[in-house]
Amino acid sequence: MEQPTKFRAVKAIALISGGLDSLLATKVILDQGIDVEGVNFFTGFCVEGHTQAIRKRQREKIKRNNALWVADQLGIKLHIVDVVQEYKEIVLNPKHGYGKNLNPCLDCKIFMVERALNMVGFDGCKFDFVISGEVIGQRPKSQRRETMAIISRESGAHDRLLRPLCAKNLPATLPEREGWVNRETLHDFSGRSRKPQMTLATEYGFTDYAQPAGGCCFLTDQNYSSKLSDLWNTRGQRDYELDDIVLLKVGRHLRPNHRFKLILAREEGENNFLKGYRQQYIQIDIASHTGPLALIDGDPNENDLRVASRIVARYSQGRNESNVCARVRFPDGEEKNLSIQPYSAHEIPEHWHIGV
Amino acid sequence: MNSTTITLDTTGLLCPLPLIRAQDLAKELAPGSSFLLLASDPGVYYDIPAWCRMHGHEMFQVEESSQENVIQMWIKTAETTSRSSE
Repeated sequence: MEQPTKFRAVKAIALISGGLDSLLATKVILDQGIDVEGVNFFTGFCVEGHTQAIRKRQREKIKRNNALWVADQLGIKLHIVDVVQEYKEIVLNPKHGYGKNLNPCLDCKIFMVERALNMVGFDGCKFDFVISGEVIGQRPKSQRRETMAIISRESGAHDRLLRPLCAKNLPATLPEREGWVNRETLHDFSGRSRKPQMTLATEYGFTDYAQPAGGCCFLTDQNYSSKLSDLWNTRGQRDYELDDIVLLKVGRHLRPNHRFKLILAREEGENNFLKGYRQQYIQIDIASHTGPLALIDGDPNENDLRVASRIVARYSQGRNESNVCARVRFPDGEEKNLSIQPYSAHEIPEHWHIGV
Repeated sequence: MNSTTITLDTTGLLCPLPLIRAQDLAKELAPGSSFLLLASDPGVYYDIPAWCRMHGHEMFQVEESSQENVIQMWIKTAETTSRSSE
């Protein structure tokens, strides 16, 4: 890699998740006069964004892309990169395996560091090193001393990967040895406590940062992982498209049998969102009463459509009626009405619910 | 109504995809070009102005059309090039 010269300033690229750690790590390096750009990778599994937009009850919150907000606060330029397709390989075949759920955290980090290092800045120049907000011991799978060495090595970054929040607990990296950054100004955070980060945030005057509970990726969520496993099991192959993984974030999922699954909206925002899939999935709602919209994923037979309609009716205002009218719409525009009896609560077995 | 030559339709896409598509289009356009972004996710009300501010683009008009929930944003890309390998 070309070394910085007196004619070319040192440039770094920071992995910006939108959380506090990457905000602070980048700020620490910016304060040393380094030219920094940020990068945020869109994998399709990001917690923010999609769910904020879908659910109506979350619409009172300010909708913002946290990575963009972080870059804006820091005054740096941000690359937002769509990696949905290439990220599949990480999710489907993680070399280092999964964490507690279907989270391939270690492979994910290696992937992102490698991608970042090989990017070109907005000025057309390569970056001299990568900044990561990792802290030793912060996360059980990927943020341990042993795994940090693996990430540095397998990403190809080696000593060009700098973790400013815990750098003093690690061997000096190239930017430190070359004097591009002053090691003494870096930090020695470790462990799961967030207090050191919060103290540093206060010192910098950052108050409105994102604090996603359970991380920023749906793959760390047990319920979400159960739904993804169900998708793979019933389709007979481990694969997905973006729509699949977005729909796993929406509604109640019930699978009465292997032929079909029902995705049932829980509130108005989800209802509206599911309407957008009318050309791809069979839709069911209750024509005679107010209630949720449901999508059918799979290949249901006639009886399955009646079962699905009875489930939808259970969640409608007609749940206590002896008969209601369910409206079934097919992707080709055909419609038919079914007169059905709503299921009672005990007629819907617990095991039909996926990821609850 | 401003005259624009390119329309980028991101309706139905959820954030950050409208932003990513706008970013990718802006890289392809000559500096100082204009385009119309159509979106349905209200997240663009924050994301697009922040992105424009960051990269020197100008969002010179915003409307919510009479069509259901379609947001229209007219954007002029920065006069100086801001590109990357992505």
